[in-house]
Amino acid sequence: MSAGTLAAGTPAAGLVRVTLPAALTEFTGGRSTVDVPGAPAPVGDILAALGAAHPGVRDRLITERGHLRPHVNIFVDGENIRFLSGLDTPVTDGAELVVLPAVSGG
Amino acid sequence: MASGNGTNGGGTLLLGTTKGAFLARPRDGGGAGDGGWELDGPHFPGEEIYAMAYDDRAGRSRLWAAPHSPFWGTTLRFSDDFGASWSGTAERSVSFPEDSGLSLKRIWQIQPGSAREPDVIRLGVEPACLFISHDAGEKWEAVDGLLNHPHRERWEPGAGGLCLHTIITDGEPGGRATIAISAAGTYRSDDGGANWAARNNGVRAEFLPDKHPEFGQCVHKIVHHPSNPGRLFLQNHWGLYRSDDWGDSWTDIANGVPSDFGFAMAMHPGDADTVYIVPLESDGFRCTPEAKLRVYRTRNAGTSWEALTEGLPQRNAYETVLRDALDTLAPGQVFFGTRSGKVYASRDDGTTWGLVCEGLPPVVCVKACAPRAG
Repeated sequence: MSAGTLAAGTPAAGLVRVTLPAALTEFTGGRSTVDVPGAPAPVGDILAALGAAHPGVRDRLITERGHLRPHVNIFVDGENIRFLSGLDTPVTDGAELVVLPAVSGG
Repeated sequence: MASGNGTNGGGTLLLGTTKGAFLARPRDGGGAGDGGWELDGPHFPGEEIYAMAYDDRAGRSRLWAAPHSPFWGTTLRFSDDFGASWSGTAERSVSFPEDSGLSLKRIWQIQPGSAREPDVIRLGVEPACLFISHDAGEKWEAVDGLLNHPHRERWEPGAGGLCLHTIITDGEPGGRATIAISAAGTYRSDDGGANWAARNNGVRAEFLPDKHPEFGQCVHKIVHHPSNPGRLFLQNHWGLYRSDDWGDSWTDIANGVPSDFGFAMAMHPGDADTVYIVPLESDGFRCTPEAKLRVYRTRNAGTSWEALTEGLPQRNAYETVLRDALDTLAPGQVFFGTRSGKVYASRDDGTTWGLVCEGLPPVVCVKACAPRAG
């Protein structure tokens, strides 16, 4: 499977499955789930790879100063990275990364 | 939503709300003005639109909008087909330099330059800074003189944030410019933006122990007329002022208004002595005084003000009109939108009013334009 393609089944070695909310699927050709290369790596690196494969999506998640936007939550295998190590949270091979808008933002 | 009350006189309205943008067009194409309004939208549903603009210079017919998502941040978008399609968001076109440590929060003002600088566009943003493009919006750069202003570390945000919301220039490339920041006050550059000096002499800061500091005033809006650019009118967080010397000094002109607190202020398009405001009761109760929706107009540069009420509700009207939700268009059209989602129009200099539409999300931006035909 090539980088950033539609996910199906279990991610191949070195890939992370990223699930995006509907608002961000304009950057992924309408796909809500894509597999991104680079694992194992910190969340920030995975998002960089996501942005390389799908220009624009990283800017919706990260400010130009490299901080996670305040009303965006990212979960790695079900755990909110705000309560782990933020963008430095390690992402293992085959992990699932879910992006969701926070309830605080609307 | 549209009305048939004879309020359209040719102007098209760009309406920014807290939940998207709308376009209101005269049904009769700007003819006799009896056909009511056609509402198009929402564009960018769910996003806050505090700034919109129309650029008809150099053969363009381009709409600009600055949607802000509380989740995904702020983008700057344009449309060359009047909203049928919008530019993409894949590129981050407006961003602070890395060494500034700042991140763009919101765009508050989109200001196409004068006819003598047809490819210049300026942006007022939060955190407070001025951005400029010299190529009609392809590339943007922060204006260093404000970005690195020595006062910056002591600027305090107003209730809406530390926003640069007003941009006034003399229209000459490299010329004079005045900007306003809530709550830092008014600054002026005489050298094309290289250097900026506070210009707040005479403007009160009711919320500070020192009521007349060099800077720190919460200016809500400044307007001017191109035929008399050195004359500025200022709606302050408490206070109405006029300057006749490009802001070197300010004179109180709150003569006969029910309150000198308010946000919105607009210049008559053809008369340098005529200004419109919508006073609010107080900073603690930001609604129209006595529950009457009244636009106030001066025709003598602030010596006196008169209430304009015909066609506006005068009972149970607890309305709020924000800083960019009042605009004018030649020859005598005046428009405003309220936080309760109503938009009103006048085509007789504000003497009589009619409802354009209601039921919108809270209106925060009203810009009137006369789109290029075809």
